[in-house]
Amino acid sequence: MIEFILNNQHIKTTQPSGSTVLDFVRYHKRLMGTKVGCREGDCGACTVLVGSFENNKLVYRNMTSCLMPLTNVQGKHIVTVEGINQSELTPVQQAMIDTNGTQCGFCTIGFVMSLTGFVMNETCCSYTDAIKAIDGNICRCTGYKSIEKAANILSNKITERPTSNATEWLVENKFIPEYFKNIEDRLRLIPNPVSQPNSSDVLPIGGGTDLNVQKHHLVKKSETLNLFDNPSLKYITQVTDEIKIGASVTVAAFEESTIIQNILPDIKKYTKLISSSPIRNMATIAGNFVNASPIGDMTIFMLALNAKVVFNSGREIYLKDLYKGYKQLDKTKEELIQEISFKLPITGSVFNFEKVSKRTHLDIASVNSACLLKLNNEGIIESAHLSAGGVGPYPTYLTKTATFLTGKKLTDDVIEQAINIMQNEVSPISDARGTKEYKRLLLRQLFLAHIQKQGVEVFNLLNDISA
Amino acid sequence: MSTKKTISDSKDIKSFTGPDFYNHVAGKSIYVDDIPAMEGMLFVKVFDSVIAHGKILSLDYTAAEQLEGVVKIFSAKDITGENQIGGIIPDEPLLADGEVHFCGQPVLLIAAETEDAAEEAYHKIKVEYDPLPVITNPREAFAKGKLLTSSRKFQLGDTTAAFKNCTYVFEGTTEVNGQEHLYLETQGAYAYPTEHNSVRVYSSTQGPTQVQKTVARVLGIGMNQVEVDVARLGGGFGGKEDQASAYAAMAALVAYVLKKPAKCILNRMEDMRMTGKRNPYSSDFKIGLDKELKILAYEVTHYQNGGAAADLSPAILERTLFHSTNSYNIPNVLATAHSCKTNLPPNTAFRGFGGPQGMYVMECAIDYVAKQLGVTADIIQRKNLLKDGDEFSYGQIVSACEAESCWDKLEKEVSIEKIKEEINAFNKENKLIKKGYSLMPICFGISFTNTMLNQARALVHVYLDGSIGVSTGGVEMGQGLNAKMMQVAAKEFGVSLIRIKVESTNTSRVVNTSPSAASSTADLNGKAVQDACKQIQERLVPFIKQELSIGINDTIYFVQDILYVNGIATTHNWKQLIAIAYVKRINLSAKGHYATPVINFDKTTEKGHPFAYHVYGTALTKVTVDCLRGTYELDTVKIVHDAGASMNPAVDIGQCEGGLVQGIGWMTMEEVVYNENGKLLSNALSTYKIPDIYSVPNEIDIEFLKTEKDNLAILKSKAVGEPPLMYGIGAYFAIRNAVLAFNPNTNITYHAPITPEKVLMGLYSKK
Ligand SMILES: Cc1cc2nc3c(=O)[nH]c(=O)nc-3n(C[C@H](O)[C@H](O)[C@H](O)COP(=O)(O)OP(=O)(O)OC[C@H]3O[C@@H](n4cnc5c(N)ncnc54)[C@H](O)[C@@H]3O)c2cc1C
Ligand code: FES
Ligand code: FES
Repeated sequence: MIEFILNNQHIKTTQPSGSTVLDFVRYHKRLMGTKVGCREGDCGACTVLVGSFENNKLVYRNMTSCLMPLTNVQGKHIVTVEGINQSELTPVQQAMIDTNGTQCGFCTIGFVMSLTGFVMNETCCSYTDAIKAIDGNICRCTGYKSIEKAANILSNKITERPTSNATEWLVENKFIPEYFKNIEDRLRLIPNPVSQPNSSDVLPIGGGTDLNVQKHHLVKKSETLNLFDNPSLKYITQVTDEIKIGASVTVAAFEESTIIQNILPDIKKYTKLISSSPIRNMATIAGNFVNASPIGDMTIFMLALNAKVVFNSGREIYLKDLYKGYKQLDKTKEELIQEISFKLPITGSVFNFEKVSKRTHLDIASVNSACLLKLNNEGIIESAHLSAGGVGPYPTYLTKTATFLTGKKLTDDVIEQAINIMQNEVSPISDARGTKEYKRLLLRQLFLAHIQKQGVEVFNLLNDISA
Repeated sequence: MSTKKTISDSKDIKSFTGPDFYNHVAGKSIYVDDIPAMEGMLFVKVFDSVIAHGKILSLDYTAAEQLEGVVKIFSAKDITGENQIGGIIPDEPLLADGEVHFCGQPVLLIAAETEDAAEEAYHKIKVEYDPLPVITNPREAFAKGKLLTSSRKFQLGDTTAAFKNCTYVFEGTTEVNGQEHLYLETQGAYAYPTEHNSVRVYSSTQGPTQVQKTVARVLGIGMNQVEVDVARLGGGFGGKEDQASAYAAMAALVAYVLKKPAKCILNRMEDMRMTGKRNPYSSDFKIGLDKELKILAYEVTHYQNGGAAADLSPAILERTLFHSTNSYNIPNVLATAHSCKTNLPPNTAFRGFGGPQGMYVMECAIDYVAKQLGVTADIIQRKNLLKDGDEFSYGQIVSACEAESCWDKLEKEVSIEKIKEEINAFNKENKLIKKGYSLMPICFGISFTNTMLNQARALVHVYLDGSIGVSTGGVEMGQGLNAKMMQVAAKEFGVSLIRIKVESTNTSRVVNTSPSAASSTADLNGKAVQDACKQIQERLVPFIKQELSIGINDTIYFVQDILYVNGIATTHNWKQLIAIAYVKRINLSAKGHYATPVINFDKTTEKGHPFAYHVYGTALTKVTVDCLRGTYELDTVKIVHDAGASMNPAVDIGQCEGGLVQGIGWMTMEEVVYNENGKLLSNALSTYKIPDIYSVPNEIDIEFLKTEKDNLAILKSKAVGEPPLMYGIGAYFAIRNAVLAFNPNTNITYHAPITPEKVLMGLYSKK
C-alpha cells in the first residue's frame, strides 16, 4: 500500500510499486494534463512537482514522472498541472501566454510545472535559476526565446517573495491554490516506513533514472526496494579529512551541499553538464556507479577524487576497482552501496571535470574526463588522478598515465608522452556518439583542457601534435 | 458592409495569439491520447520488421494470438480493402506482404485489451526472413537504377555555352543529412465504429482528407463512411502530412473489423524507427562567375534519398529544383534531380519540403568560390541577389522582390564590414577561441507546387444568439492558424473575437481539403473564410437596411459588434440584429471556397508560374567555436524577414524563431544515423538531439520588413511557416568559417550537420 497526496487528494493505492507516476496520474487517475513525450526523461512533457521533507522542511522539486517509480512517492505530495489550476490563470501560466511561450502546447505543461517549481523554491531567485529549472524541458515549436522572456518575468516577480515560509505569499499571489497551506500538516500524518529488503528478489531502486529507461517492463512487474527515501543513505558529512556521502544522495543534493561547494567551488559548472534539473533531482550517485555506463559522469568525477565505495556488507573498495568489464562489477547481487567517501584533496590540488557531447547540455558524453593534480612549489606533480569515459567498456581510471605523471614536471615533452600512454590505455569504439578516431582526439583535447586549468599554455602542443 | 474600420486594426487583436493557449497552459487542450477512452477499447501495437530488406519466409503468431487479453493479430490478408497507403504513387503497403523494404516497416498489427498484453504478444511473434541486399546511399541506388519516380530537369539559358564565358568555374560535392521531426506528440489515432458500416477517426494528422482517403481505401468503403476529426496536433512539421495516414488506417481497420474502439499510439522509439524523416541529399555542383563575381551559370545534380517508398518524395524533389538557386539571379541554370529508392523508412515532408536541401547546395557553391578566390561569401551573395524582372529557372518572372531590401535593411543596422573587422581582431587575439559569421538570404515560393492542392473551403455559421462557428480544412498545430481564422472572421463581420469559435477540423463538415502544409494554410483557408463571411454579409446588409429603414446607398458596417451607418455609431448591435435576421428567415450559414488564381505549372516543359508570391529575408549569424573542445555557441542571429503586412506579429515572430531554431538544429546537432544494415542508431531522444534552451542563439533579433504591396497573401500578411527554417543554414557556414580561422588547411567537407565531432576533426585535420 502506497500512501501520498496527489494534488488535493489523499491517495492510498495498491498499484504496483514499480509502476510509474506518469501512468498512475494519467491512466489511473485520468489527469490528462501531464503528457507523454518520450518515457525516458529526455523531454520533460511529463514533469510533475514532488513535495517532500528535506531536513524537516517541505521542499518541492520538479521530476519526470515517466521515470519515477510509485514506491518513491510514499509520504510525498505529487502536483500535476490540475493541482495548480485555479479559477484564473496562475502568474506562471499568464507569463507563458503573455510572451507567446506556447505554440502546439504539448510541451507547455512541463514548462509550467518546472517554472512553478522555480517560484516555489526559496533558494532560487535569479533568471539563471529560472532557466536552470526548465533545462530539462524540450520544445520543438517555439525556439525558446519567448519562454526565456516568461522566465525573466517570473524571476522579476519573485523578488518580492519572502525568503522563508513563502507558501502564504505564493497562495496570495495565486501561484498555487489555497490547499497548499495544509499540505505540510497532512503529509506529516502519513507514515513513512523505511523499506527493508524482505527477500533477495527485490529490485533495489534509487531515482529510477537508469532502471526505468532501460528496463521499465521489468521494474513495473518487480517488487522494489526503495533506496531513494532511505534516510540512512542521504547525508553528506566531513569527518576530519574525509568526505562521506550516503549512497542515495542525488546529484542535485551533491551540488547544493555547502561542504562540496567549499571543496569544489566549480561544482555547479560541472553538474550543469550532467543531465537536467529534473533528472539531477532524482539521479543518485550510487545509481550512477552501479549502472556502470562507460560514460557515467558522477563515476568519472569520483574516480578522479579516488573515491571509495562502502557496501552494506561492510566491505570497502576503491571505486576504480569496482569495474571488471562491460557492466561487470566487483559486487554481489545482494551487496548494496551504503556510502561513498573520498579524502579531501590536498591543499593546492587542482580538480577539473570535462565533458563533450553532441549537445552540450542534457546529453550523454562522447568523452568525459576528470583530473586531480597536485603540483609542488617546483612544479613537480606530487599526486595525479585521472579518469576518462566513453573510451572503454567501463568508466576508466587511467592508472598508467597517472603513474607516469607522478614525480614529473608538466613540460611539453611530458605532456606528449602522457598523451601517448593514455592513448594506449583506452579502446574506444565507434557508435552514435562518435567515431573511435574522434573519441581519441577528444580525449587528448580534454586532457589538454585539464593541463590548461593548471595554468599551462597548451596552444603550442596543439600545433605539434597531428590528429 | 465595408470592413474599412474594424478592431483588427487595433493592437489587441494583432497580439492575439489564439484561443487555445489558455487551455495549453492549464493542461486542458485535448490531444488524441487524451480523448476519454470508451469501454472495451483495444490497444493496437505495430509489429515491425527488424531487417531493412528481405523476403518473409514465415510468420508465426499463433502463440501470440492465444495469449490472454490478445483479441486478434492482423496480417496483410486481414485487410478488408486494399493493402495500399501510397499517396502520390501506390507503392507502399500498409502491412508488409511477402517482402520488407525497411527496418521498422509494419508487418502485423496486434489488437489487445491491454497494453501489457499487446507488449507480451509482440515478443512471442516469430518471423523468418531471407535477407536481401540493403542500400542506404542514394548514389548507390541511382547507380543500380533504383528510382522512385522519373527524374526531373529544370533548365534556363544554356549553361554549357555560359561556362565558356566564365572567368571562374568551380565544381564540388555536398552532403546534407535528414532530420527527425520530433513533434512532441507522437503519431497516433483513435477510431471507433459507427452506424452504417462507418468509422469515426480521431487522428493527429496534418491531412484529414488524406487520412479519410487512405482509411476508405484500406477498409474498402466510401469516403463518406469515414469521418476524420482533428482538434489539434502536438506538432507536425510535415511529419504528419502523409505519414499519419498509416496509423489512422491501423486503428480504423481494427475498429472496423472487430467493431470495437481502437487506439494506435506510437511510443517514441517506434515513432522514430518507423517513420520517415527529412530527405537527405547528395549533390554535385558546378558554378561559373565572371570577373565581377556575377554568377553566370550553375549546374546542380541532386540525389535525393527517398527511402523505400515514394511517399511525398516526388513533390519534395520538385521543390528542391524550384529552390536550387535560392535568392540569386542566375541566367543559365541546369538543375537535375533524382529520387533514389533506398532501404530506409520512406522519407517525407519536413518544413521547407526539399527547398532547404536545394538552397544548402547553392550556398556551399558560393562559399566554395569565396574560399577559392579569397573573398567573403557575402560579397558574392549580395552581388547576385534577385531583382524584379529576373527569371527563375522555372520560368516565373520575379516581381515584388524583397531580396535586396531585406539585405540592405539588415546592413543598415549592422555594418558587415565592421563585423568582419571585429571578428578578425578577435581571432587574432585569441588562439583557442575563434569567431565566425555568415549571411543567409532566403527566397521561398508560396503555394503548393501541385496546383490542384491550392484550393480550400470553409463553413461559417452564425448562430441565432449571434455567436459564430468557423470550420476550415486547416489543422491547428501550433502555427496559430485558429487565431488567424478568428481574426479574418472578426474583421469581415466587424464583431469581437469572443463571438467566434474555431471548430475542430472535420471531414464531414469541410470536405476534400488540402493538407495543412506548404505554408499556405492561412492563405487558402483564410480566403475561404473571407468568402463565406462575405456571402453572409451580402444577405445581411440588404436585410438590415430594410429592417432599419437605411438608405440603399448608405454604408453600413459593424465595429466591435456595434452597427455604424455612414461612419456613425448606432444603438444597434450584432447580437440583436442577428436575432431578428433569424426570425426573418435569413440564411445565416455559408460555405466559402477559394482557389488561388494565376498559378500554373506545366511539368512537360517544367515552366510556369507555380507560386502565388515569394517570401524573402536575410539572416546574419555570429558564432564562437571553442577550438580546444570542438564545441560551439551561437552568439547572435539577426534577421530581416519579409512578412508583408503581418496580421499577427506575435504569431509570426513565434514562427520565425521556432523555424530558425529548427533549421539551426538540422544544420548543427541533429544527426540521423543509420548503420550499413539500415538500422536507425539515433533511435531515441537520448541519441538524437534537438536544440534545448541552452543551445539556442544567445540573441535572436527578428525585424519585419513591413510592406503593403499587393499580393495573394491573406490580408497581405505573407506566409511564414516554412521560410524561416532556412535562416538556420547560416549557422552551418558561420561555424565552418570559425573552424577555418583556426585551421585554414582543414579538410572539412561540405557535409551537414556540422556536429562537434565534425568541428573537432576539422580543426585538427590537414588537406
Ligand atoms: C534524461 C537522462 C539524462 C541522463 N543524463 C546523464 C548524464 O548526463 N550523465 C550520466 O552519467 N548519467 C546520465 N543519466 C543516467 C542516470 O541519471 C544516472 O546514471 C543516475 O545517477 C542513476 O541514478 P538512479 O538513482 O536514478 O539509478 P536507478 O535507475 O535507480 O538505478 C540504477 C542501478 O543502480 C542500482 N542501485 C541504485 N542504488 C544502489 C545502491 N545503493 N546499491 C546498489 N545498487 C544500487 C539499481 O538497482 C540499478 O541497477 C541520464 C538519465 C536520463 C534519464
Ligand atoms: S515523457 Fe519525456 S521526460 Fe517523461
Ligand atoms: S509548443 Fe510545441 S513543443 Fe513546445
